Amino acid sequence: MFDPILAETRFGCGLSPAPPLAPPESVAAMLAGLTAPDTMAQRFPIQDYAAFRTRMIAREAQTAIRRKYRGTPKEDAAKKAIRVLNREARVDHLRWMAAHILRRVKTPTPLRERLVFFWADHFTATGKRGLIRRAVSPYMQSALRPHLAGRFEDLLIAAVTHPVMLDYLDQTRSFGPTSQAALHRPGRRGMNENLAREILELHTLGVGGPYTQGDVRELAELLTGLTHSAKNGRKFQRGWAEPGAEIVLGKSYGGTKNPHFRDIEAVLRDLAVHPATARHMARKLAVHFVTDRPDPALVAAIEARWRDTGGDLMQVYEALLTHPAAWDRSVTNFKQPFDFIASACRALEVPRAGLEDMTEGMLRNRFHTPMRLMGHVWQKPDGPDGLAEDDSAWITPQGMAARLHWAMAVPQLIMPELPDPRWFVQMALGGRVPPNVQFAAEAAESRSDGIGLVLASPAFQRM
Amino acid sequence: MSTVNRRAFLVRSAALGCSVAASPLVTPVSFAATPGAQRLVVIVLRGGMDGLSAIIPYGDPDHAAWRGDPAFGDEGALDLDGFFAMNAGLRGLSGLWDARQLGFVHAVSTPYRDKRSHFDGQDMLEAGISGGSVGMSRDGWLNRLVQTLPNATTQTAYAIGNDPLAILNGPAPVRRWSPEADLVLSPQAIRLARLVMQDDPAMAQALETAYALAEEDGDPLALEGGPHQMMTEMRNDMDAARGQSAVVRMAEFTAKQLREEARIASFSINGWDTHAHQEWALSRALESLSAAILTLQSELGAQRWAQTTVVAVTEFGRTVRVNGTRGTDHGTGGAMILAGGAVHGGRVVTDWPGLSEADLFERRDLRPTRDVRAHLGWILRGQFGLSRAEVTDTVFPGVDLGADPGLLL
Repeated sequence: MFDPILAETRFGCGLSPAPPLAPPESVAAMLAGLTAPDTMAQRFPIQDYAAFRTRMIAREAQTAIRRKYRGTPKEDAAKKAIRVLNREARVDHLRWMAAHILRRVKTPTPLRERLVFFWADHFTATGKRGLIRRAVSPYMQSALRPHLAGRFEDLLIAAVTHPVMLDYLDQTRSFGPTSQAALHRPGRRGMNENLAREILELHTLGVGGPYTQGDVRELAELLTGLTHSAKNGRKFQRGWAEPGAEIVLGKSYGGTKNPHFRDIEAVLRDLAVHPATARHMARKLAVHFVTDRPDPALVAAIEARWRDTGGDLMQVYEALLTHPAAWDRSVTNFKQPFDFIASACRALEVPRAGLEDMTEGMLRNRFHTPMRLMGHVWQKPDGPDGLAEDDSAWITPQGMAARLHWAMAVPQLIMPELPDPRWFVQMALGGRVPPNVQFAAEAAESRSDGIGLVLASPAFQRM
Repeated sequence: MSTVNRRAFLVRSAALGCSVAASPLVTPVSFAATPGAQRLVVIVLRGGMDGLSAIIPYGDPDHAAWRGDPAFGDEGALDLDGFFAMNAGLRGLSGLWDARQLGFVHAVSTPYRDKRSHFDGQDMLEAGISGGSVGMSRDGWLNRLVQTLPNATTQTAYAIGNDPLAILNGPAPVRRWSPEADLVLSPQAIRLARLVMQDDPAMAQALETAYALAEEDGDPLALEGGPHQMMTEMRNDMDAARGQSAVVRMAEFTAKQLREEARIASFSINGWDTHAHQEWALSRALESLSAAILTLQSELGAQRWAQTTVVAVTEFGRTVRVNGTRGTDHGTGGAMILAGGAVHGGRVVTDWPGLSEADLFERRDLRPTRDVRAHLGWILRGQFGLSRAEVTDTVFPGVDLGADPGLLL
């Protein structure tokens, strides 16, 4: 059952030597952390999306100036202003990566940070063109983080109707085929199915779920009108919406005289509590947090709680954390690249100033590029299904080489002084030190090699 | 310690009693027999290539109503045979077409139907199995191919890039490497890392392969140097791996392996999921594919190119109708692209289903008239001499192989 070391490694951000960050004493304490004040968000701020939009507004204004004053000095000034805005966003997107790492280094409630990333991966999204490409962390901050401990339906609505998701899945200019806007410019405006399909397949029911191509189509029609702008964020353009009711999974939505965002909320609320969603999400949580092939009893327990509580996430997490199979030490997962890097930083107690003072180049060379070599391109997903859960996707020769390389090379660049590997091996592994790792920590030629070998060891990389 | 040649180091550590021979992957390559001289490269086009825009059936009487007439001319589409034209993004391959070393197969698909999920579609494409069994097998058909080759060794098949490439998953040993990766460590660290990995077979095997491969891209594995030198090495590898040059670098690395012991290789190219503003995105993706094929040709050299088949496959085609955002949604039938000196090219092979609404699959998608696996099966028969039964029982279980489409010379 409950094991404080596993609580930190499997459900947390790894062990820390800092006394205030000692492992929790119970599942209740872990869960209480999720509703405690979000001190990490205050200490290591990430811009929320509303604030990020002011950058987009400024850039749109400069673009308009550039167009209007072509061939004049004003055009050059506008171009320069655009370049500055682009650069600032590019640098900030790396600074926010550092803030995510620092939150994991310092947090007394590590399950929260893990859940932010679980949901950010479940609702994988990124902007496609322009400044919004840099808005993934603001999206996580605004759409996901506030809803982690609430009801899934609210999280679902916040995520899939967020501007970053709308941009990512081509919803921003999807017009109902017989909407006023489409009829006004025939042949030029219409609909696509991308967001609708991924909502059903990835975000709710799962690909094995009981939906058809017809449901995808109807949901896509119901979603028309949903779009966003820099000025307003998410908005609903009534004139773009397909008139009439849409039937999704046999139930009718909309069809009132005035199409409304509420119609979209209604279908999402129903999808959130659908039994297929409960099954899909129960399995996904168990796979992500426990092991690639989880005990069916664990999945069944989470699924039942999801169904019984209509997707009350605190209840769902409790079902996961109170099940004996969640604490089975004979099964493991393999840390994904960000988990690996951030847990190494937590074990090292990387100082705040060290990370916050890094230049763009340092952040790139020490974190962004190595993570890419490990197989994770930060906030630039290969597809809306996010990162692979299969350990085998990460335990590759190139991935292992990149992890070993990072572990050996980077800690000494970001630490004023490295700890003694003989002490570090005990601390980082919670005293559960395999003899080979103990030997390596003692036999290494240098502190940096010793630390690197501990971090690269299976005992540290498994969770 | 001064710079140490890795092999010398391995020999030394073996003398010290370390079990370096445990891994078959450090077997010197020169002892390995190879299964013939024929080479196969499978490029997985992830995202669902729009076959109708890549190889445009402009001669179909219904085509213009769906898609409009293609723009020909110096920078536009290129007519192939009076019925099909190829997208401007493929113009770089026109010389191969003229030399009959480039061909297309149209209106084909995997057996995947109806749900049009990328991820299921790719699983099925890579597993090479039919509908009912999807999700059951994580083995890839290229791995099953390796299992049927009598002289296959650990060097025969290669998965290239960071993509997991399930198409090569399975019991036959396959090498995986990304030309971006590198490893530069002190000899003592190499030895100790091997020791700590002993507790975990999967990690240990991956690390052994990394050791064996890290030298192959030209940089030494064991190297004296501080963290800054390691960072420099990492950065150099990254700099060479950005943008379209990443695809070219993968193709270069692929060709290098095929010049040596490898006979089967696979990598993937992303960027085909064109829901919006497809014209621009698709031609960029096609340009990447063209660059990859041309790089393979030039890096392999004429003699090896003559023994090579490159085949590019995708999980599904896209809707015939253009959607409201000037893109296309997930569809069914699509196209497959073939290149190489072993290919009987200069042709578009198809049992063309037509584009009138009644001809379409579910009134929306190009109707697939043949299983893409049947074509692939015939390629394997021609390229590697597989028997009919090896194709229909092992590599593509249950496939209806049908008559030989004559894709190879």
